Amino acid sequence: MGSTRPGRRGFLKGGAALAGGLTMGAVEPALGQTLGSGPLGYIKGTDELIAYGERSRFVTSVRIQHPPGGRPSPDGFGLVFHVATPLQDSVGVITPSSLHFVGTTRGSFMPDIDPQEHRLMIHGMVDRPLTFTMEDLKRLPSVTRTHFIECAGNSSRSDRRTAQETHGMTSCAEWTGVPLSVLLEEAGVQDGAPWIVCEGTEEVKGSSSIPMAKAMEDCLVAYGMNGEDLRAQQGFPLRLMVPGFEGIFHTKYLRRIKVVDRYYMTYNDYGHLTQDPDAAALGYQIGPKSVITYPSGGQELPGRGFYEISGLAWSGGGAIRRVEVSTDGGQSWSDAEIKGTADRMAHARFGFSWNWNGQATELQSRCTDELGQVQPSRAQVAEFFEVPLGPSFRVPGRDNSIQPWRVASDGSVHNAIA
Amino acid sequence: MRSLSLLPLLMLVAGSALAQSPTYGLGRTPTAEEIRAWDISISPAGDELPPGRGTPEEGALVYQRKRCGTCHGPEGEGGRADRLVKRESGSAADPWAWGRVLPIRAPYATVVWDYINRGMPLNREGTLTADEVYALTAYLLYINDVIAEDQVLDAESLPQIEMPNRETWAELPDWKPGMPRLQGYPY
Repeated sequence: MGSTRPGRRGFLKGGAALAGGLTMGAVEPALGQTLGSGPLGYIKGTDELIAYGERSRFVTSVRIQHPPGGRPSPDGFGLVFHVATPLQDSVGVITPSSLHFVGTTRGSFMPDIDPQEHRLMIHGMVDRPLTFTMEDLKRLPSVTRTHFIECAGNSSRSDRRTAQETHGMTSCAEWTGVPLSVLLEEAGVQDGAPWIVCEGTEEVKGSSSIPMAKAMEDCLVAYGMNGEDLRAQQGFPLRLMVPGFEGIFHTKYLRRIKVVDRYYMTYNDYGHLTQDPDAAALGYQIGPKSVITYPSGGQELPGRGFYEISGLAWSGGGAIRRVEVSTDGGQSWSDAEIKGTADRMAHARFGFSWNWNGQATELQSRCTDELGQVQPSRAQVAEFFEVPLGPSFRVPGRDNSIQPWRVASDGSVHNAIA
Repeated sequence: MRSLSLLPLLMLVAGSALAQSPTYGLGRTPTAEEIRAWDISISPAGDELPPGRGTPEEGALVYQRKRCGTCHGPEGEGGRADRLVKRESGSAADPWAWGRVLPIRAPYATVVWDYINRGMPLNREGTLTADEVYALTAYLLYINDVIAEDQVLDAESLPQIEMPNRETWAELPDWKPGMPRLQGYPY
């Protein structure tokens, strides 16, 4: 075991040539394709591989700092700021926990928390202030839901090359925890308390104001992620999920929830301030948004012929109802297939059958959510707000505009934002 | 059967009293001291502000003593960390033209106090005394022309400061389930 026997490769090559000869004429084989050489070797089991598995050494997809050329993560102090998911390599809707994007308030170290010592305090305008241990929380009835989280800074620009650079600050995972409404009802919310303030345990004690209506609707105090405990970078042992809201509200390392009588204008809230009421309304909850992940910027099509165009669609407004794809730069649109169930406030995977004729073209996708909100082009947004569409145009609020990918006649794929 | 038939009656009797009662009985009641120790939130009304006081002059000394200038620049600009003094390039009448500078853009002085208290200095967060936080807040508001040189900040005066941006920011719409982001906006 573990060695490649001499002669094996030659034998397989001979077989491939024979097989190719027999099928000649039925299917045109891709240029240079053979049956392949088989395993390079056989890897012995180790204690580490048995204890916690790892991916093949041939799978090398990794996260990168965001934005490219911006503040590095880690920086010189070891602070982590923004780290983007390699969406261009993704399949299905679940982002592997190791590849889930990371965002922090101002650059952060990762709190090293012993879950036995972690507490969640609920206080303020409640009849019964309460502190919960992790054991208390895990004894309560749990729910498991799939939700995306997207950072407010996840916007595409002409100088971003890949889907990771344009859209990598969104990820989607299966989250398990206790509905926040259950905990608030245990504490007994008093009348006249329209807001809660949530706070984490990291150095800056990141804190956000969240409407009570949202807290009671679908927020989740989550301790599980993709079938195991939360990852430390995702808030271990406890984070708040605020489905469909901007990432910053999903308070990591959650330690305290205060029920309050007004908008508290925390530092995180202050960071979102704008004087434009439309931009304010378009922040907060993520709009309908999609991106084609294959073929996407930086990838290469090996030649003309059949491809399934694949991508992700999501919305803070609920479930994705429809995804359309254009293979002619937005002139005509056809419905794509949504794969599996499209969960509320979750990534949905879509596919679209396409025969590439080898000529240069432009691919786009757009989605519609359960509220009827439709993902716009940058031009549509500019027209709505009656502002010029130039290179400096920014979509007000959070950018949910259509991402165009240009396929060149040599098969290379590029960001088509002008 | 007997116990089941009693259930509606029990619910009637207990209903009003139990409506607000916990269902699971898990968790523990924190002491008032535990809540005080953890509750660092500061309302715009300043309800939670602790006793203490500080002036711009004292704040300038704290700024030096705590080496704030190492990251923020000796006088609140030119450092690696966020700028703390407004940009003079913009319109003199428009606070939004002065840059994203916390002690001038924040609509309430409580935001400045709260952030210094919870988040500064880097790697030594939570080590400043209340007096030091009042003093630093006073210094930063003074160098941004918000308060006078001799103004004393404390739990009473701080929330009353009229920040230039107090009325000029856009409030978020009331969030409701199933609500589109912006009425009349198709996207």
